[in-house]
Amino acid sequence: MKVLYPAVRSAIQTLTYALLLAATAPVIAQELNVYSARQEALIKPLLDEFSAETGITVNLVTGKGDALLTRLQAEGRNSPADILITSDAGRLVRAEQAGVLLAKTSPELEAAVPAHLRSPQHYWYGLSVRARALVYNLANVNPDTLSTYEALAQPQWRGRICVRSSSNIYNQSLVASMLAAQGPAKTAVWLDGLVANFARPPQGGDRDQIKAVAAGLCDVAIVNSYYLGGMITSKNEAERAAASKVGIFWPNQDDRGTHVNISGAGVTAASGQPELAVQLITFLTRDTSQQWYAETNNEFPVRGNVPVSELLATWGTFNADPIDVSELGKLNAQAVMAMDRARWK
Amino acid sequence: MEIAPASAQLHPSRWHGMAWRAGLILTALTVALPVLVIGSSLFTPYSATWAHILDTVLVDYLLNSLALMLGVGIGTLLLGVVTAWLCATCEFTGRKFLSWALLLPMALPAYIIAYTYTGMLDFSGPVQSSLRSWFNWGYGDYYFPEIRSLGGAICMLSLVLYPYIYLIARVAFTHQSGAALEAARSLGAGRWRTFFQVALPMARPAIVAGLSLALMETLADYGTVDYFGVSTFTTGIFRTWYGLGELNTAAQLAGFLLLFVFILMAVERASRNRMQFHTTSTRSKIRRAPLHGPSAALATGFCVLIVTLGFLLPALQLLSWASTSWRTALDGQFLHLLWNSLSLALIASLICLLLALFLGYGKRRYPGATQTGAVRIAAMGYAVPGTVIAVGVLIPFGALDNQLDALSQTLFGVSTGLLLSGTLVALIFAYVVRFLSVSLQTVESGLSRIKPSLDEAARSMGSSNERVLRDIHLPLLRGSLLTALLLVFVDVLKELPTTLILRPFNFNTLAVRTFELASDERLADAALPALAIVIIGLLPVILLMRNLDKGAASHA
Repeated sequence: MKVLYPAVRSAIQTLTYALLLAATAPVIAQELNVYSARQEALIKPLLDEFSAETGITVNLVTGKGDALLTRLQAEGRNSPADILITSDAGRLVRAEQAGVLLAKTSPELEAAVPAHLRSPQHYWYGLSVRARALVYNLANVNPDTLSTYEALAQPQWRGRICVRSSSNIYNQSLVASMLAAQGPAKTAVWLDGLVANFARPPQGGDRDQIKAVAAGLCDVAIVNSYYLGGMITSKNEAERAAASKVGIFWPNQDDRGTHVNISGAGVTAASGQPELAVQLITFLTRDTSQQWYAETNNEFPVRGNVPVSELLATWGTFNADPIDVSELGKLNAQAVMAMDRARWK
Repeated sequence: MEIAPASAQLHPSRWHGMAWRAGLILTALTVALPVLVIGSSLFTPYSATWAHILDTVLVDYLLNSLALMLGVGIGTLLLGVVTAWLCATCEFTGRKFLSWALLLPMALPAYIIAYTYTGMLDFSGPVQSSLRSWFNWGYGDYYFPEIRSLGGAICMLSLVLYPYIYLIARVAFTHQSGAALEAARSLGAGRWRTFFQVALPMARPAIVAGLSLALMETLADYGTVDYFGVSTFTTGIFRTWYGLGELNTAAQLAGFLLLFVFILMAVERASRNRMQFHTTSTRSKIRRAPLHGPSAALATGFCVLIVTLGFLLPALQLLSWASTSWRTALDGQFLHLLWNSLSLALIASLICLLLALFLGYGKRRYPGATQTGAVRIAAMGYAVPGTVIAVGVLIPFGALDNQLDALSQTLFGVSTGLLLSGTLVALIFAYVVRFLSVSLQTVESGLSRIKPSLDEAARSMGSSNERVLRDIHLPLLRGSLLTALLLVFVDVLKELPTTLILRPFNFNTLAVRTFELASDERLADAALPALAIVIIGLLPVILLMRNLDKGAASHA
């Protein structure tokens, strides 16, 4: 309108700009919220690096996978979480089934994570690989006598095997992989044989099993390899001493390969910014992040071509069971029941 | 016509009473909400998994839980009552120091003491390794008790839980009428007979209050039994939830646990209702009897032994672990963790205390089945594992938030998002649900020592409820109130599972830091935050203890 003086017009323009700026301000300060079952020390440094690179603030809550999943469900569509990170595939399968995840894909993610380490429907992606290996007493066991998980049920191992409680998720997923490979009947027989070979009632954590092997209480333990890595690089002298008395063996190299599980991540259905969330997950799967898991916690990269840490390199390469990890998640409850029936405490 | 003025006079007080009753029930039900959410799962369909659980593991869960409770019950009674009696009624070398040092084990989370003892005593630990190298023994050549066992779990839990009994019973013994004990003595009863036939029965409400706290905590313990490989009800709940993925079945298991606790509590109350113990006079304070010779040495030795086993040894083990790692653990975040832990503990313990006072006094002034039932259900959160309580908070809060959001969207077109979920309000509410029992038991045990005739006398002279509470009960309850504050403070300080799951983004506490490191089996790194919990727990312990003693002295 002509009646508007230029001064008034410019004032209106300034005001409009100010309003526009205010409206876009939240977009400038971008934020992502992460629920993580990987504990703080094993994820926060990477998230900080992501923030430094992108300017996106990342907020973190850590906790047990199932508890975080329950929180996501209770908060429903208003949940502030954009990403759920877990330390095994089973929780991700559960989250997918509960409908709290969003199917998202990108060419980078598809290329970074092999098909068997991600959700077939694109709900989640593996970040790192955790292998369940055998640890044996160097003085008492000739590694040539070791071969497969199945062979540990043979009578020659009576009273010689240490393993933690069947409440441990990685024992559950190992049995799930056995169910997938051998079927329920053979798995039940194997479990009975294995439990009969236990040197003591299951107790303690994986490091305790390794210490028991080192002390000669048992000859072979089934543990996640990164615990041995943690002991080799420990600040505690006793742990280093124990680690030096044991060797690591990758079972089932002549057939399906060593059992592995993943830690992984998915975008939540409640996320208001799924594209940003995908950007973060992509960041967590890129080569430098993959190396970080190896160097910080001795976990393996999801892809073969990423150089691993010096320590992991000394353990040699191994063939991992190529089963779709989502299958393990689906067989988890069945595995727990089979262990209950075999009286694996 | 003649009645009218009388009823008009009655009216305000009747309204007043109704307001108290309604407030009481409403408060109790609010706090009971998470417990009711868990309990309501009992009325939902039972999945096929139940057949499996009944067939395979339930008997184990039941037997182990019962054995654990029995063992911890005996252990805590033995340690708690004896030390409380010694410190309250006897004089021996080091009594002053020991009477607060005996509280130190309380600051240690049970799973931490379990880790330290395992580090010292298991097959690959220094004790057994030295034995083997001295005597040239091998595996199986000698007997050594297995620390990671049911017996080990009983020892660990007894060592950290006896202070509940010690603290509450000590207050009771201290305030016991010296006249009654002197009368017993002058009638020829020996020291032991006086103890068993006079002092012990008079202190029974206090001892039972402490015992039920210890047992509820035992039922709720997960960290220790899980690490020791003992299958209890709690490990069963988590196995069903995490392993089988059946939250509802896990909640039903927790519901049965609650039912069991409720019945236990009701039986105990019924047996206690037949006896009432009120202090007739607060004037004749107990004079501590000086112990001499062997009995003095025995008293000192016993208390020193308990402090050593329950605190000194584990703390030394933590120190030796921390010595290798303190540089990395003492980062910039540390002060922040400290502040978070302290402020949460202080706020939660104050709220618990106020609620306990309100509920405890209300129940005393306006007894009735509804009020009593509501308060009892509200106080059951302590027997439920923290994670399960957290679920009981998550579900109603999430539902409420989403309802409010939907309402605001339809009415105003504005999304409120989540108002309570993921905030400190939700977390502090959960603490209150979990720890109200602690302050309530303490306050109620204190109230039970005050003669109801005292209230009646005051009211007959026209004092209001509030005035009775303020001018009569509060001064008499001073010891109990400080005790309640202290117990909840330390409990919140070391609380873990509820904090873990309900906390807001980027919010850490000392216990969270400790647990994250310990759960990854990085005990050396976990040692420093664990020690910090102990040391911070220590300061209010010393402060309140001095205050308690002063209070006791001024009442003499």
